[in-house]
Amino acid sequence: MIDLTTDLKRLGAVKAPPGFAERVLAQVGMADSYARFETVLGDVYVAWNRLGVSAAARSASAAEFEEWFGKDVGRPLQAASPPADLGKKIQDELNGKRRMRFDLRGLTPFEQAVLRKTRQIPRGEVRPYGWVAREIGRPAAVRAVGSALAHNPIPYFIPCHRVVRTDGQIGNYGGGGPEAKKAILTLEGVRLNRLQEMAKAGYRYQGVRTTKIFCYPTCYTGRHALEKNIVWLHDEATARAAGFRPCKVCRPAVVA
Amino acid sequence: MEGVDRLFERMVNEHKDRVFATSLAMTGNRHDAEEVAQDTFFRAYRALGTYSPERIRDLKERAWLHRIAVNVVRNRVRGVKPSLVELNGSESDHSPGPEAQAMERMQLDELATRVAELPVRYREAVVLRHVRDLSYAEVAEALGQPVGTVKANVHRGLKLLRGDNDDRLDD
Repeated sequence: MIDLTTDLKRLGAVKAPPGFAERVLAQVGMADSYARFETVLGDVYVAWNRLGVSAAARSASAAEFEEWFGKDVGRPLQAASPPADLGKKIQDELNGKRRMRFDLRGLTPFEQAVLRKTRQIPRGEVRPYGWVAREIGRPAAVRAVGSALAHNPIPYFIPCHRVVRTDGQIGNYGGGGPEAKKAILTLEGVRLNRLQEMAKAGYRYQGVRTTKIFCYPTCYTGRHALEKNIVWLHDEATARAAGFRPCKVCRPAVVA
Repeated sequence: MEGVDRLFERMVNEHKDRVFATSLAMTGNRHDAEEVAQDTFFRAYRALGTYSPERIRDLKERAWLHRIAVNVVRNRVRGVKPSLVELNGSESDHSPGPEAQAMERMQLDELATRVAELPVRYREAVVLRHVRDLSYAEVAEALGQPVGTVKANVHRGLKLLRGDNDDRLDD
């Protein structure tokens, strides 16, 4: 103890013990916890806090998930045993029932709007990026929708895989690349081959002769139409010219 | 609610080391220091929920958190003196580092204990001025005392610490 004030200053540089911030945030109910769940998609790591589910990823290991979470979400994270009903909720969500609450803090209002809208796309259906953009009142922001979805922290549960390109290409996917996107969509019952066949030929909508309504090809309202009554349509103008009106459920165009 | 949560989270990450170090110097051992630091943030969180946006905007976070920490210590240690025995008790929260680090840590913990044994008015002044490195004006503001009083308390506190040290060498 040669110089007391220097030592006192060193005392001031003492670091908080490891895990301190996590314990503080946990005390006020703000820390994120995570656990691994076995699902139809394989092992999925899911993080949650008191506001809801905050992240999900099919990481190879807990360490990998922690690293990704730190980079992507940037909050403290601790492994924990999940609340009793979370496992059930996860299964329900993946089966098409919407029961989850999400914590989207840290995302911009635009990103939040994109993700909330995306969540409304039913299981077994897909929508183009432009649809999301139009539905949230930003019809020109198609590319921005793409990057907002690319940064979706809660894939599978906020189904960004159900947003695809209009030209029939499946589009990129943060949750494991285009192949993973195809696999999940197939699992959900989307007829991808038919969809891509239509898109390649330049058809974007299907009309049903008997109802005079046109839809996105995967909209469930047209699912039971007989093949002979189905017309493939290039665009809104030809559809309207042929006497079809847009579906009020999948909203392929602004309802006149 | 979300706004407060994010603010609080940033505050914890930005100030956790400072608040912990201050708590360590005020209590003299890591166990109590963690309790004090955690309690400090808990009170800060509850307080934030009751503050108006204007008040939050004008908040001087560092001074505010240290004022809370000082109050937490004042409320809990009244009459209770930390002892060296507690300090030497086993603690589970740290991983064993290299020997030099452990030495440094022991020395610092011992210093913290001696600081914590100072009378409250000297201790607060010494900790904020020298451990926390605040200016005399800032210390005066945080403690609600005149600058002259703070200076005198810091001076006497340091003198006591030095005297204490000499006594030990004489043993």
